[in-house]
Amino acid sequence: MKTFLKLLKNPISLMGILLLLFFAAVAIAAPWLAPPPWPREPYRIARCGFSPTPRPPGINNPLQGIWLIVTRQAKICEVRPFGTTGEGQYDIYYGLVWGTRTAFKVGIYITGMSLAIGLILGSISAYFGRWIDEVIMRIVDVFMAFPFLVAAITLAAVLQPTIGRGIVTAMIALIAFGWMGYARLIRGDILSIKERDYVQAARAAGAGHLRILFRHILPNAIYPTLVVASMDIGSYVISFAALSFLGLGAEVGYADWGQMLSFARNWISRLNEFWWIIVYPGTTLILFVLAWNLVGDALRDILDPRLRGRITV
Amino acid sequence: MVAYIVRRLMLLPLLMFLVTLFVFGIFSLLPPKQRASLYLAGDVPKSPDAMERVIERYGLNQPFHIQYLRWISHILRGDFGWSKTAQRPVLGALAHYFPATLELALWAIIPVIFVGIWLGILSATHHNKPLDHFTRVFALIGWSFPSYVYGLLLIMVFYASLRWFPVGRVSDWVLRLESAGLFRNYTGMYTIDAILNGRPDVLADALRHMVMPVLTLAYIQWALLLRVTRSSMLETLRQEYVMTARAKGLPERAVIYKHAARNAMIPVATMGGLLLIGLLNGVVITETVFNYPGMGRWAATAASQLDILSVLGFTLFNCALLVLGNLFVDILYALIDPRIRLE
Repeated sequence: MKTFLKLLKNPISLMGILLLLFFAAVAIAAPWLAPPPWPREPYRIARCGFSPTPRPPGINNPLQGIWLIVTRQAKICEVRPFGTTGEGQYDIYYGLVWGTRTAFKVGIYITGMSLAIGLILGSISAYFGRWIDEVIMRIVDVFMAFPFLVAAITLAAVLQPTIGRGIVTAMIALIAFGWMGYARLIRGDILSIKERDYVQAARAAGAGHLRILFRHILPNAIYPTLVVASMDIGSYVISFAALSFLGLGAEVGYADWGQMLSFARNWISRLNEFWWIIVYPGTTLILFVLAWNLVGDALRDILDPRLRGRITV
Repeated sequence: MVAYIVRRLMLLPLLMFLVTLFVFGIFSLLPPKQRASLYLAGDVPKSPDAMERVIERYGLNQPFHIQYLRWISHILRGDFGWSKTAQRPVLGALAHYFPATLELALWAIIPVIFVGIWLGILSATHHNKPLDHFTRVFALIGWSFPSYVYGLLLIMVFYASLRWFPVGRVSDWVLRLESAGLFRNYTGMYTIDAILNGRPDVLADALRHMVMPVLTLAYIQWALLLRVTRSSMLETLRQEYVMTARAKGLPERAVIYKHAARNAMIPVATMGGLLLIGLLNGVVITETVFNYPGMGRWAATAASQLDILSVLGFTLFNCALLVLGNLFVDILYALIDPRIRLE
């Protein structure tokens, strides 16, 4: 609670929190902001007629357009507040609104899963030590021998024929190569804590391995890892969108920001004419990631004074 | 020192063995039929018999270790398979695309190091002044800016709108010059070849194509390097020898650049590995956005067309580069800091 109050007092993190609240509101209110044309499949982006080229917004003031849609005075395709993409005439406003849900889902799932794997392997490694530590750390070395994005691209490409193209495939690929940092971090912190007196006391009192690890060691060692993980949410959203951008993420037509951006690739020589296919999705993605980074940056300063002034990007 | 290098070099084959094992493990996630279709030149045959024969012939249903040994023996002989996207053997494709990527990366390193380190030093010497806040915001925004968005925005302004910088690698007239035999390819890097050929016009053309990709590749690294340099420099400026240098009346320039900055660079050197990872990841996106015909764009195309053999070849190549790069950085680290004794 105290931490949260501090976050609110800092203007930078306050801005981040407000942005995040805004995105959360958009995600929650998605059915109301952009009523799905196929109610059973809300993540299928609304398509607006036929045209070989991207169509401009159907109204001069996008806010007025959104108002017309929200009050149900007009259909999305009549207004097209942010225009449409070229191929498939996907409505950009619709894709962005529902894509907010995808972005939250993706960021939180990937970070949560990588963190869980890293915590489990890292704590086992540090707590039991000896050959278990050696084996797990060599596995970490092998995973670290891959550049993150390149490895994720490879795994996503290999998984596609078996489990199909979709956000799950891309998320698995990113989780598989995202956990090592957390494992190393928690391992280092546990190594320094496991020899403390209170751990010895717990052992002397006859506590089992699991109890010592989860009740006595982890709660005292977990904070720095949690802080680092919270700062990574933004960059995972970027990486996921990058996979989508390269055609290895969400399936075509799924509401996802990276995919909206990949449509712009086909129009690079006329981007000045069709500016809306890059400016709206781009701004949305940047603001979302920036919000996480602003909060994470401030959180690190508050929670962990040891990290203050270290790598802070 | 020598013993350390030798030991690291001896560990290298072990690490590479584990890496190939791992890559093959990923590869065998594909069902045998999918892998069999990679061995077929044309369309997948309709009759199931033909598929069975291919699986039988290449032993795709044999136990994992036997398949691995077969695969690794091919890899060791330089046979990485056929790349459908490049229409040539994978190894040949790597050799073909590598100079273009190397050229891009080398040009990108220059602004990364100079601007990143210089801005880092400046924001440390201007600690908590407007310049420091500016670079902090610059780094934070840079970190939140996906490179593909940044690249597309550059294209929108400088290519589509202003027509200042083109996309691709060189203009068509250079390619015509090349096929007419009037321009010889020595290194495969146009900027260097242009000098060797004595063609300043080709050099200018290649550089004009390079501006936007280099800026895209460089700017994320700027954010990272800037912050590390800054904090390392702040740490160093508090040291007593800096105070001594000031006390004996050295000009501030000498104190900062001769006494403080040199020592502050030591932690920065350890960033080399991270910078390399950033470059290897970055070329995939950057080359794809700018239609720059290098390894990264080839790998991205191959991945989206499920040309798995090409992707695996590219990944193995990247791993080798990264492992060697990290080794180099560790040795460099020991060389520039005499206090470090590698055992």
